[in-house]
Amino acid sequence: MSKIRVTNLDFFYAKVQALHGISIEIPQNEVVAFIGPSGCGKSTFLRTLNRMNDTIPNTRADGEILIDGVNINDSKTDVVALRRKVGMVFQKSNPFPKSIFDNVAYGIQINGLHSNKADLAARVEKALTDAALWNEVKDRLNTSAFGLSGGQQQRLCIARALAVQPEIVLMDEPASALDPMATQKIEELVVELKRDYTIIIVTHNMQQAARVSDKTAFFMLGKLVEFNPTQKMFTNPNEKLTEDYITGRFG
Amino acid sequence: MDKRRLTNSIMTTLTALCAFTVVGILVLIIGYIAIQGVSSLSPAFLIETPKPVGEGGGIGNAIVGSLILLGLASLVGIPLGIAIGTYLSELGDGWFGTVVRFVADSMIGIPSIVFGVFVYALVVLQQGYFSTLAGALALALIMIPIVTRTTEEIVRLVPKAMREGALALGAPEWRVTWDIVLPAARAGIATGAMLAVARVLGETAPLLFTAFGSRFYNIYLDEPMASMPVQIYNYAISPFEEWHAKAWAATLVLITLILVINIIVRYTTRRGY
Repeated sequence: MSKIRVTNLDFFYAKVQALHGISIEIPQNEVVAFIGPSGCGKSTFLRTLNRMNDTIPNTRADGEILIDGVNINDSKTDVVALRRKVGMVFQKSNPFPKSIFDNVAYGIQINGLHSNKADLAARVEKALTDAALWNEVKDRLNTSAFGLSGGQQQRLCIARALAVQPEIVLMDEPASALDPMATQKIEELVVELKRDYTIIIVTHNMQQAARVSDKTAFFMLGKLVEFNPTQKMFTNPNEKLTEDYITGRFG
Repeated sequence: MDKRRLTNSIMTTLTALCAFTVVGILVLIIGYIAIQGVSSLSPAFLIETPKPVGEGGGIGNAIVGSLILLGLASLVGIPLGIAIGTYLSELGDGWFGTVVRFVADSMIGIPSIVFGVFVYALVVLQQGYFSTLAGALALALIMIPIVTRTTEEIVRLVPKAMREGALALGAPEWRVTWDIVLPAARAGIATGAMLAVARVLGETAPLLFTAFGSRFYNIYLDEPMASMPVQIYNYAISPFEEWHAKAWAATLVLITLILVINIIVRYTTRRGY
């Protein structure tokens, strides 16, 4: 069964329709890349999956979003529980004004996942290790998160997201503000993480999509144009539009 | 020298001149107060209560009174102001928020004596006596809108990305505000609170109708209470040279007190991370 199954999703910013009848099935433990030109709705779609658009006034999503068979696009959905299950990493790293340790510990604490202090420390260490950051920060856990480099801050945000043990991780252009070295680390991490998580990554970088993802979805003007295995998308896409975009003929 | 460099140095000099003028005036005021006041300053002056002319006397009771009034007013005014300001920033986009914001803005513009008369009519006349509590209430009413508006502005500055980061971890809205937004705005909120503290510590008019003033040390909240501005006022309007000097000295103490409180608050709320 697919982890996420979206049927006929429309999304509106006030009167402006940003998504048109999106239907997609995302399998468990795979990396899916969303590509498409700016303003095509891929970030908007990503944010419907953890109901992050709820924070924007005057927005509306119509349609069905099943996660593990449960429709989360429903007014009765417990968004707090949903967001614990569906973690998110943002385009710009957004650490809290706290220490490195407290940044990762925060999600564990508010969700009451730890049994005692030692358990909390162990969970923080595991999350930082999973995010490939532990070795760089283990001696400065109590210093400010703002003292880290951009790439480290982004991995800290990944660690923070992993610490609450989500099942799905949404990444909104997680490497767009990073240099090639830091980007490579994040990409290796994404491939590493799919063993335990289902990952959706929005990216403007076509090579990145090709490198990290199993399947790729191409969006344009709020519509899902094509969704196929990455291999096929980049060599022999079904749609002419996909080919034009991937080969850089526009966008 | 080409035109661009010339313009640059002229503008730099002008802005520097403006800064010097402002700082210069401030130094002049404080310097003048210090020169006028320092001769009457002594340990006894800081401890003793006011005495008849020629017998010495000081502002000990007024210092204690001001601190008690300020403490009580802050206890009510600062938390309430922060709470209202946070509400306005996080939830105040509707018509109710607009009304609250308008009321707060209007209150900032009201002359402080009006608060004194208001509390006089509402509390002092009802109870039949001047009291510390009435004075503290008047000061708190002055503090609330100041803290409210500065808090709102500062809390609004906390990046949306930071809030979303916390929400995405499964934090309920109120915890995001409490755990992330308010700590991030801590230094700015403290500055707003300090503005309010400095403002009310120097207020005379609202206290004349409420705490009234006293010649004695007092800790009872249902009795009149001395305060530094009122004591300065009493010393200053007297016909005696000696008391005028005491007024200057008391002013010097008041300014120093505000400075010390300011430094302590800055030090304790400086950005931890």
